Amino acid sequence: MNYHQASYDEPLLFEIGSSDDDFDVSLLRDIPKQIRREALPLPDIPEREVFKHFVRLSQMNFSVDSGFYPLGSCTMKYNPKLAEQVARYSKVTDLHPEQDPSTVQGALQIMNELEGYLAEIGGVDAVTLQPAAGAQGEFTGLQIVRAYHSDRGGDRNEVIVPDTAHGTNPASAAMAGYDLIEIPSKSGHVDCDALEAIVGNDTAALMLTNPNTLGIFERDVIGIADIVHRAGALLYYDGANLNAIMGRSTPGSMNFDIVHFNLHKTFATPHGGGGPGAGPVGVKQFLEPYLPVPRIVRKGDRFDLDYERPKSIGTVRAYVGNFAVLVRAYCYIRMMGAEGLRDASLHAVANANYLRAKLEKLFELPFGGRRMHEFVLSGRSLKERGLRTFDFAKRLLDHGFHSPTVYFPHIVDEAMMIEPTETESSDTLDRFVAAFEAILHEDPEIVQTAPHNTSVGRVDEVKAARNLIFNFGSLKALEK
Amino acid sequence: MIDPEILKALGISSPEELFEDIPAEARISSLKLPEPMDERDFIRHFKKIVSKNITVSETPSFLGGGVYRHYIPAAVREILARSEFYTSYTPYQPEASQGMLQAMFEYQSYMSILTGMDIVNSSMYDWSTALGEAALMCHRIRRGSRFLIARSTSPVRKRVLEMYLRGIDASVEEIPFDPETSRLSVDSLEDKLKGEVFGFYLENPNLFGVMDENVFEVSDLLGEVPLVIGADPLSLAIMKPPSEYGADIVIGEGHHLGTDPNFGGPLLGIFGCRKEHLRKMPGRIIGATTDATGKRAFCMTLQTREQHIRRDKATSNICTNESLMALAACAYLAALGGTGFRGVALENLEKAKDLSGRISEIDGFRSPRFDAPHFNEFAVGCDIPVDRLRKRLLEGGIQIGPSLSKDFPEVGEAVVIAVSELHTEDELNKLISSLEGTA
Ligand SMILES: Cc1ncc(COP(=O)(O)O)c(C=O)c1O
Repeated sequence: MNYHQASYDEPLLFEIGSSDDDFDVSLLRDIPKQIRREALPLPDIPEREVFKHFVRLSQMNFSVDSGFYPLGSCTMKYNPKLAEQVARYSKVTDLHPEQDPSTVQGALQIMNELEGYLAEIGGVDAVTLQPAAGAQGEFTGLQIVRAYHSDRGGDRNEVIVPDTAHGTNPASAAMAGYDLIEIPSKSGHVDCDALEAIVGNDTAALMLTNPNTLGIFERDVIGIADIVHRAGALLYYDGANLNAIMGRSTPGSMNFDIVHFNLHKTFATPHGGGGPGAGPVGVKQFLEPYLPVPRIVRKGDRFDLDYERPKSIGTVRAYVGNFAVLVRAYCYIRMMGAEGLRDASLHAVANANYLRAKLEKLFELPFGGRRMHEFVLSGRSLKERGLRTFDFAKRLLDHGFHSPTVYFPHIVDEAMMIEPTETESSDTLDRFVAAFEAILHEDPEIVQTAPHNTSVGRVDEVKAARNLIFNFGSLKALEK
Repeated sequence: MIDPEILKALGISSPEELFEDIPAEARISSLKLPEPMDERDFIRHFKKIVSKNITVSETPSFLGGGVYRHYIPAAVREILARSEFYTSYTPYQPEASQGMLQAMFEYQSYMSILTGMDIVNSSMYDWSTALGEAALMCHRIRRGSRFLIARSTSPVRKRVLEMYLRGIDASVEEIPFDPETSRLSVDSLEDKLKGEVFGFYLENPNLFGVMDENVFEVSDLLGEVPLVIGADPLSLAIMKPPSEYGADIVIGEGHHLGTDPNFGGPLLGIFGCRKEHLRKMPGRIIGATTDATGKRAFCMTLQTREQHIRRDKATSNICTNESLMALAACAYLAALGGTGFRGVALENLEKAKDLSGRISEIDGFRSPRFDAPHFNEFAVGCDIPVDRLRKRLLEGGIQIGPSLSKDFPEVGEAVVIAVSELHTEDELNKLISSLEGTA
């Protein structure tokens, strides 16, 4: 173990500079007096100090570019650098969304082609690039579900999700105005009997990801689709786990009706420390009229934006989508090609199973067996040594690895969800396994007080929730 | 090819065994995609396509409406290009992610000062979805069936608002503006306030760039009904923070603090509120705390509002947000400093005022269309249809926005013109002479 993250006692920007209070307010004469600002306490800081500040902060930030980031469900693969470079061309960055379509033909062409590639990869007929992220894709999809049912004269008010579903699924359903029904899993799979018993005339849709969040492929997916469709409901695919199946299956061929893609996962666009992402949505032909406006349409060799779509659900966010993210995904897909994507999924699944085979010797793998692109271990055996998954995750940081996703999915006690992705070498995976073995032999006291090698020690999250300090002003007041 | 070591470790002879669980009916034989390209070929291919774009930096453009072009200091671009920031995920492990967490805390601090809100979250997708979320939040604060908005709200945002309210059985009703000034018609608001109103939204400056001082009368009228204000953060360098006229929630667009227009995405949704509404707020919030040794540290907090904990009871479904854009805004504000930021705001204000004055001297145009002080954009009334004007200007390489008459028939033929410190004297002259040519 030789990992040490940079650690600076880096002050806040507000502590580095000071604000100029002797401002000549007469300069504001053009602003109605009542609404004129009198003080602007933002610090003035020399550029040299600003730059040093942010470089130091960056050095206190774990990233894919600096290390292994096996955060389950997040598909933290390496982000190709060419995609970054082309997204910075001024021909990409300096476009305003309200330009005349004749002046943005290149942008519309890129988007039109990307829609086509995603449709092919998703096995669907039409794609919108508008949604800003996966969760907004879900929201969009559910608006389509609503429009579809109300068009057929039958409003339905329930959305079903399995208990392994990601939190955004139930949250999106609620936001779209649906009642949520959660069905318990059976041995890590959708329980078809339970599903059969619960679907009915009130069911608007079932939301599923496949492989599911345990990394298990739902073998019965066609049967599940039949149950849902027989009840007149629609089947929604959460595309967060698409990285497992590219080139071998598609949500469309599994009979899903609607699918969202997480470009910031499967298609290698960087996650930006929390965002931006992009969550395009694809649908089968019969749902195409409901897609959001504007639609990008091709007329001969010209591209245009079409707002006149009477059945469209409307607009889920301003403008056409997170264009700069879309460009990166376009670059990724064109450089990979069909074989490259198929190969990416193959390696993602192989890497996950390689790790799974080694780590299940150290930790329990609930619902045993093979996995797809990720797997979930239970850390409950740690309790015998007075430890929890939480402690183990923190100690992994000391060994230079980002922790897996922990405590999700909820049906696994002390869950550790591990997704290595295809871009990691077997050497890296071996070192990760070695870290697991080492930690299991370490003094529990060291693990329980971890991390020790990061820029700060264990963070007191309870205190944060108690003190409610969200900005410099209140922090200064508290520290005084 | 798969590393034979891996196959051996898995005890399988063919990698295809890994996909055994996929039923035959769900399989595909191959994907039909264009042949892969190497870096050189892709660059050539991509440049050829995007060369068809005519950018707003190559030609004079006066488009605005929430997406603007401002000068981005080189240092800000370099900070954003640091892959330690942009290739990280949401800071779920605070000990290893202090850099991003501290930057988000600084962003929240900057925005708190600008908006006057006690708490600003670490970003929403954009202004339009921030509006949708704000309305839903108002509904959590105060149940009701009617959400009121000023008619002078951006039509794009109105459409998104309508989408977000579909889940709760609520109607959106518009409060007209004064036909002379475009300021809120306060009397109409008073009339509409009867009944089950759960919130009121006003943009200040409004869609026509007008700074509205009638806002001081609004909050008294509203009483317990939450007030949501939408604002361009740049305007807040010189305008009062909306907290001073009673805002409960402040939202806005912040992408132009440090990032380019990018054809409208990604953007930065600003979202702040008063502390009494804290637990009803959507989005990720960064809080200050200490580590085990008492050293200052930051982490995500109040996560019990969020989807990964509360699922269908969460305050929003948002997960991935626009953190990198918030980092950009933070770096931009740091690089400019208070003095520089106010300088940019003033330059924009003055440039817009000058340009409006010059246009008002041209026959066939009325500028500003509304008789009230405006910020960085302003409406211009036109004798000829804007669609025709737009086309003519485009032939000369000048881009202006769409006609307001479609969404605001009462305004007649008019268009919003936006300027910034990036417009050169040449570009402004070109607009003026082209307008003279059309009159
Ligand atoms: C399984 C699953 N579904 C949905 C989402 C939501 O996607 P996003 O964060 O892009 O909104 C995630 C992301 O973490 C996920 O892992």
